Amino acid sequence: MEFSFIGKPAVRLDGKEKVTAAARYVDDLDFGANLLYAAVVESPHAYATIKSIDTSKAEKAPGVVKVITGKDFPYKFGMYMQDRYIFAQEKVRFVGEQVAAVIACDAISAERAAKLVKVNYDVLKPVLKVEEALTIEGCNHSTSEPILIHPELKNYEHVPWFFPRPESNIAHIRKIRTGDMDKGWAEADHIFTDTYTVPRYAHCAIEVHAAVGLYDFSGRLTLWTASQSPHTQRHLFAEALAPLGVAHKDVRVITPFVGGGFGGKAGVSMEILAAALATTVRGNPVKVLWNRAQEFYNTYQRQGVLAQIKVGVKNDGTIIALEQNLYWDAGAYVEYGANVVNAAGLSASGPYRIPNLKIDSYCVYTNLPPGGPYRGFGYSEFLFGLESHFAEIAKKLKIDQIEFRRKNCIIEGDRLAYGGKMNPNGLQEAIERVASEIKWGEEEKTTTKAHAKNIRTGKGISLFWKAPAMPPNASSSAFIKFNEDGSINILVSAMEIGQGFLTVMAQIAAEILSIPIEKIRVETPDTDRNPYEWQTVASHITWGTGSAVLKAAEDMREQIFCLIERALGKERKDLYLKAEGVRSHSDETFHLLYKDFVISGIPMEDGTFRGGPILGRGSFMPEYTSAKSNPETGQGGKPNVHYTVGAAGIVIEVDTDTGKVTIPKVVMAVDAGRVLNPDLVKGQITGGVLQGLATALYEDMRFDDKGRLLNPSFTDYKIPTTLDIPQEIVPVMLEVPGHDGPFGARGIGEHTMIPIAPMLANAIEDALGIRIKSLPLTAEKIALHFQLHSHKLIANDNHSSL
Amino acid sequence: MKKTKTKTKTKTKTTTTTKEVANKCSVQFLLNDQKVSIEAPSNITLLDLLRNQLGVKSPKCGCDVGDCGACTVILDGESIRSCLVLAPEVHGRKVVTLEGIMKKSEGEMSELQRYFLNKNSFQCGFCAPGIIVAATDLLEKNPHPTREEIVEGLSGNLCRCTGYTPIIDAVIDYIKQKS
Repeated sequence: MEFSFIGKPAVRLDGKEKVTAAARYVDDLDFGANLLYAAVVESPHAYATIKSIDTSKAEKAPGVVKVITGKDFPYKFGMYMQDRYIFAQEKVRFVGEQVAAVIACDAISAERAAKLVKVNYDVLKPVLKVEEALTIEGCNHSTSEPILIHPELKNYEHVPWFFPRPESNIAHIRKIRTGDMDKGWAEADHIFTDTYTVPRYAHCAIEVHAAVGLYDFSGRLTLWTASQSPHTQRHLFAEALAPLGVAHKDVRVITPFVGGGFGGKAGVSMEILAAALATTVRGNPVKVLWNRAQEFYNTYQRQGVLAQIKVGVKNDGTIIALEQNLYWDAGAYVEYGANVVNAAGLSASGPYRIPNLKIDSYCVYTNLPPGGPYRGFGYSEFLFGLESHFAEIAKKLKIDQIEFRRKNCIIEGDRLAYGGKMNPNGLQEAIERVASEIKWGEEEKTTTKAHAKNIRTGKGISLFWKAPAMPPNASSSAFIKFNEDGSINILVSAMEIGQGFLTVMAQIAAEILSIPIEKIRVETPDTDRNPYEWQTVASHITWGTGSAVLKAAEDMREQIFCLIERALGKERKDLYLKAEGVRSHSDETFHLLYKDFVISGIPMEDGTFRGGPILGRGSFMPEYTSAKSNPETGQGGKPNVHYTVGAAGIVIEVDTDTGKVTIPKVVMAVDAGRVLNPDLVKGQITGGVLQGLATALYEDMRFDDKGRLLNPSFTDYKIPTTLDIPQEIVPVMLEVPGHDGPFGARGIGEHTMIPIAPMLANAIEDALGIRIKSLPLTAEKIALHFQLHSHKLIANDNHSSL
Repeated sequence: MKKTKTKTKTKTKTTTTTKEVANKCSVQFLLNDQKVSIEAPSNITLLDLLRNQLGVKSPKCGCDVGDCGACTVILDGESIRSCLVLAPEVHGRKVVTLEGIMKKSEGEMSELQRYFLNKNSFQCGFCAPGIIVAATDLLEKNPHPTREEIVEGLSGNLCRCTGYTPIIDAVIDYIKQKS
């Protein structure tokens, strides 16, 4: 196919705004002299009963307008399960949870007064680990019954594909059963079992969460939020505040540019406070602005996981059976995080063909901050264990790592864990491209300190896959309108969170309408003006919103052809769009420019006009998906629209004395279906690889024995700087088009982070012969393991105690 | 993760001419070549002064404790984090923000900005003003830095989206074209 705009590295539509600081983020907006500020009173305890709250002192403090507690808002909210209140009610369930809020004339007065609110607690023993929250076979746990975090679980409303276990800390179990496990184990020549653990992580977008709410005297509730989900927020605000008489049409969410999301600004977290507080001070806008510490402990966190893996293989390396128990530390509220657990459970086979599967993915309540979506949505977490384990198995069977993956990787038409068929994909090509790029099987010469005794080199690989995790009816829509000069505005409600989707939407419309990208404007949404979009998550925007934009552009084309036929008598079948206008195959001289008719219409001989402003509309919903399935087997539905697959490889050098890892090269091959803008795909790869390396090498959240986060700052939770980037990142873009999506495109944004941790762990094993089974793979951990290993103090397969 | 380059932290130079009136002080300084005279609370940071008192929104607040570099501005020719400087400290001094850099380029983007634009260097863009100011300052002092010097010079500015490569590459392309 010949394209004019698709597949070209266009300059970002929002580039100029961003390099000139014209781009405005929520906290850059001015709200006038009557803007009020809120500060939150936070729980100092991980689990406690609230005995009383005394707000009298705070109310009298200078500058204070109002003090609000849970009594004022006894309303629940939640994305997939309504297990959260706007303010804590009888109990607090994590350190930092909002108990009350002070609204004042300025931020400092609000903060000072918040310290004067006296809350009396009965402190309860917190549950800080999944091993304490439920009985897990093979794990140390006390013999006493686990403490219940949500005794009311049975009353919580949730989506139909969740299966909570009342009277336990299990909010949901996603089960998968295919094939015959007994037969699988019997047919296996070897069975390998192991346990891997992944800690919690923080998104660390550089912009913190910010929300401003205004409830005016007409009953209009307007929110300005740093959000990936304007329409979902409108819906959840309207639902939660319905008792106050707020309806969807009264709620308006405006989302200017967002300074990084990565899932952290999906759904509704702290924004509910701005919505609720605004209703208490009618006519005054109220700002809630998180500080960096709150950003760490009171938004979503990436959930930790304990993965027990049992794999049966034949002598030739064929994987015959996989049993996997995933215990997710989902935190105090799982309204969003439970769906991460669900998505991971559905796909925990990884991109492999495995005939016998038994997967149990447990969503476990703990008294740590709420878990939620983070780039990768559970896949990075389970893949660490799975790909590490497969590498160990291949090694033990003396089968080459690439060969093992060639043999077992999933191919088009293979049966998926939940019963559907695998979509066309470039996984095999990805494996070959990565193997060749990192010169798999060839000795690597050390690039630095060549031949130094303490430097060892290693290579590692990992496959990856991910499907968009969405409700089956998640949908997108688009309007396109022409302007007098033939330029267009595309109205959609996906969010520009850095990925560059504005540009890609413009490229899609440009391709259909033959309009240069410079003449296209796409802006961030306002739910009053822009049509519906579910959320900017799941790497589904290019595919889903892109499909809606494609349809809207085609709708315009159709209207243009109809009009030309009606007004000028040209045959429709001969018409086509070219160079900002309409042409005809049968009449070379015919070229009617958009600017001459799309608003003003086509003049007729009698002085009348035909036409009128041309408006395109497009809606998209994947009508072939369903979340209905047997709760005991996971069979019967089609929860995932498709999988995006790929492979990644790394070359490392490790200092055996210090454990320090340097990275000469990373290769990432991803099958985008269709690459709409190679520069943006490359951007996702360079960004995702570094974010992944950080989670693999040094990031992690540390909590003390009272459930307090010990490192809620960039001083103590280090994210990468320019000094930490690999010497080379090679992007490989593959194109095996999908059956839908614009020009066959699929999402790739989250995927670039997913294989990094196991790929690195496999390279460390290759370099040093040690297998580390818990993230992160810090220099300290690597050095200690290596010392113990080389002194034979621990057996090679018994490292998990470290 | 590595220790970032230690930027010029709060200068302890106290300005005896600063008038303090009941927690307020009057601050006069040169902001982007324009004289500014303002009464401000004496305990606020330069970042707060710029953003909330003067409406200059290019410096962003990502951490408020000097970790992220999003609030980088140039104070008397040194790139600093404006969240680590108290407003009264800039009395009698010169502050340049990204707006000032563009003003110098006759209201247009600077040439360096054009390279960032054409290279699609930034994603969410929140760190962009700070990084552009830091890069401008770096090139002012060292017009032909090596890749290592660029990496070192920008190591105090956090970016979570890009993996830094397209930012560093834009600076390198800009230098190549210059020489």
